[in-house]
Amino acid sequence: MSAIVVLIGASLIVAVGFLFAFLWAVKTGQFDDKYTPSIRMLIDDKEEEEKQKR
Amino acid sequence: MSVETRIPDSKTKSNVKCYHCGLVCPSDSIFIGEKFFCCQGCRTVYEILEENNLCQYYNLNSTPGIRLGEVNKDVRFGYLDDETVKRQLSNFSDGTISTVTFKIPSIHCSSCIWLLENLFTINPAISNSRVDFLKKELSVSFIEKDITLRQVVELITSIGYEPQINLKDLDKKVKKETDRSLYLKIGVAGFCFANIMLFSLPEYFSGGKIDPSLRSFFQFLNILLAIPVFFYSSSEFFKSALSGLKHKIVNIDVPISLGILTLFFRSIFEIITIGEAGYMDSFVALVFLLLVGKLFQKKTFDFLSFERDYKAYFPVSITKSSGTAQTSIPLSKLSKGDRILVRNQELIPADSILIDGHGFIDYSFVTGESNPVPKQSGDLLYAGGRQVGGAIELDVVKDVSQSYLTQLWNTDTFEQTYKSKITSITNLVAKYFTFIVITIATIAAVYWFQTGPILAMNAFTAVLIIACPCALALSIPFTFGNSLRILARNKFYLKNTDIIELLAKVDTIVFDKTGTLTKSQDSGIKFVSINGKRDFTDYERKLIKSLVHQSAHPLSRRIESALNGGIFTNILEFAEIPGRGIEGIVDDHHVKIGSAAFVGQETCRNNGTMASVVSISIDDQSRGCYQLENIYRPGLERVIKYLGNLYDLALLSGDNESEKSNLLRFFKDPGYLYFNQSPMDKLEFVKKLQRENKKVLMIGDGLNDAGALRQSDVGISVSEDLNSFSPACDAILEAKSFPQLINILRFAKTNMNIIIASFTISFLYNIFGLGFAVRGILSPLISAILMPLSSISVILFATGSTYFFAKLKGLR
Repeated sequence: MSAIVVLIGASLIVAVGFLFAFLWAVKTGQFDDKYTPSIRMLIDDKEEEEKQKR
Repeated sequence: MSVETRIPDSKTKSNVKCYHCGLVCPSDSIFIGEKFFCCQGCRTVYEILEENNLCQYYNLNSTPGIRLGEVNKDVRFGYLDDETVKRQLSNFSDGTISTVTFKIPSIHCSSCIWLLENLFTINPAISNSRVDFLKKELSVSFIEKDITLRQVVELITSIGYEPQINLKDLDKKVKKETDRSLYLKIGVAGFCFANIMLFSLPEYFSGGKIDPSLRSFFQFLNILLAIPVFFYSSSEFFKSALSGLKHKIVNIDVPISLGILTLFFRSIFEIITIGEAGYMDSFVALVFLLLVGKLFQKKTFDFLSFERDYKAYFPVSITKSSGTAQTSIPLSKLSKGDRILVRNQELIPADSILIDGHGFIDYSFVTGESNPVPKQSGDLLYAGGRQVGGAIELDVVKDVSQSYLTQLWNTDTFEQTYKSKITSITNLVAKYFTFIVITIATIAAVYWFQTGPILAMNAFTAVLIIACPCALALSIPFTFGNSLRILARNKFYLKNTDIIELLAKVDTIVFDKTGTLTKSQDSGIKFVSINGKRDFTDYERKLIKSLVHQSAHPLSRRIESALNGGIFTNILEFAEIPGRGIEGIVDDHHVKIGSAAFVGQETCRNNGTMASVVSISIDDQSRGCYQLENIYRPGLERVIKYLGNLYDLALLSGDNESEKSNLLRFFKDPGYLYFNQSPMDKLEFVKKLQRENKKVLMIGDGLNDAGALRQSDVGISVSEDLNSFSPACDAILEAKSFPQLINILRFAKTNMNIIIASFTISFLYNIFGLGFAVRGILSPLISAILMPLSSISVILFATGSTYFFAKLKGLR
């Protein structure tokens, strides 16, 4: 019986942690632009590496 | 550096494309190594990028560049050195680092993102740059002591991305913070909803055999989780209900707030006093779904602007001339009596008197009159006209905001708040709904009072809970929200979902002519013979096209685009006489194109129309004329014919009556047509219709329609290119979707039927639930099932049927 109370308490704490992570992410504007990052990640910086090799 | 030569023979590479911008290179193009460029501008950009090792730009996409044309380093960004302008433009500045956000309409591909985010390689004083692709915005942070704002703008411009800086940016007092509270509220509500559901399940499935201490533990957690939902997430509904009641309006949020309050307090009461389960799960589910509905309805099109006025169209800076010195000043500092310089293709910012130079003013944006008019010194020029040809000097006689065009914005049409237009169907229903629900609740309470006051209280609250119009409130956001998306796929962009409802009520449609019914840039040309002479030969057409190619005059541009075939590039003794015509020696023939007097032949006016006519002579032999005709949008005839059966139509043109006979083909009744309408006349016309209780849909395109668009119940702006200017309006229709107008209007009407059907579904659920409520046997379980079930079935019905009817009405 008491095991379940402890477990639920623990799971809630973890969940609240994620909730605050979400709120933080929204507040810092990480969801403002949902499109550009999807393009940006496809651009590779190969040429810069080549430059460093030289 | 690479060697540059010019290839003399044009035939060898007729289809070479510019390495930078992808346009087909003209015969005198430039090349470096293997790469061809169409103009000096493109070549310069390439050189800048090559110098900074940024040629990956060309590897990400082929020919990603933007054509710059001629590079002109003039004084036009001088105003950016002005301290007030700097302060107004920057989002943030701490004395060392400054951040500015620019709107750059030419952002179009991943190369653009890559290059603009690598600005620091070109100039290390730029510490960071970030692109928002959908908004077409670039925010740049730079070190103030190493680079000025002006240099940043010049740098971005030099690589082809000229930022669009207009008066409106300078005007705004407070920078608008993006509103993220809805996301936060949904996050909180969603979190609590999932957890409360989890903690309520044991109660429902144990069949009462649950351990009592565990049960009260779960109930305690439920209360704990419901508190943030009540105080934070549902605050919108309370606020809206209160503000509605203050204005003596019962809006949909009133019954919702009633339901929320009852659910929350009755649950707390039951849990604490009698240890019952309460309705916390229904409560949070309700709030969560309603907020999701709000989010779905809130779809906005970041790349469009529905709020532009003349300030977005006018230039930010003006070249002020005092004696021989020329300085660039911000438009806000322009005052009466200033002497200004207006160059080719620049706008006249305020009503002024022409002092020096040949004025040749294109008023198409102000009046709709499509052909430029010549002006002599001493003439009054109206603000909003565009100079075509050489530079002119002007004396400003009126302030910018008091000029002929801009005073339109001083009328009371632009002062009324937008909200006053809307009396939503939901709020109409809500008024009766709330009244009926409270009546039923009271009757039930009175009936059960004889048995016991507790039971009466139960019945009363149960009715308020079950009648909470969750499904009702969701039907509008999901029907209209989904329609908004469907219409956007058909290139019809609405400012918000309320417009659909207004669109469905329209009974009168008013059109603008130029740019709305006609294509603004294109026109056809028709040969008009003089003294029975034959039409031009192909060779003669080539001569004509070669000559007009040299001129920037709008009529020349229209003739050139209408003629097919190649051109001679070598033209001798070319001369352009403003207001009269052009001449030159092409392939050993002396060609003159212009007014009849200039060419030296009689005027050709064969059918009495007042359309523009251009006379042409070759080797001093009069040859005939080209008559320029407006090209009407494809599908126009069908649209007008169809709409004419259902709506009252009218056409307001700023132009003269030259097109009357052509327009009669479409409109049938000459009483519909009004010519020579000033921007103010258009506004008054719409007002007059509204006084006759007509619901007016105005379809226009330019600043001259701005007043009418604003005054009308729904204003639609037709736009050839979504990045270009469109005046403040309720919706933007992309020009090539013009024939879809019929389907769009039909679909808006269907939407209202879908709403009514959704309302009916939600009422049926309400009546079914009320059956339990009035008998005082509403258990938390029934409520927990009924509430989400009704909501979800309405959501599915609303989205499903909008998709279905959109297909049926021929929309994509």
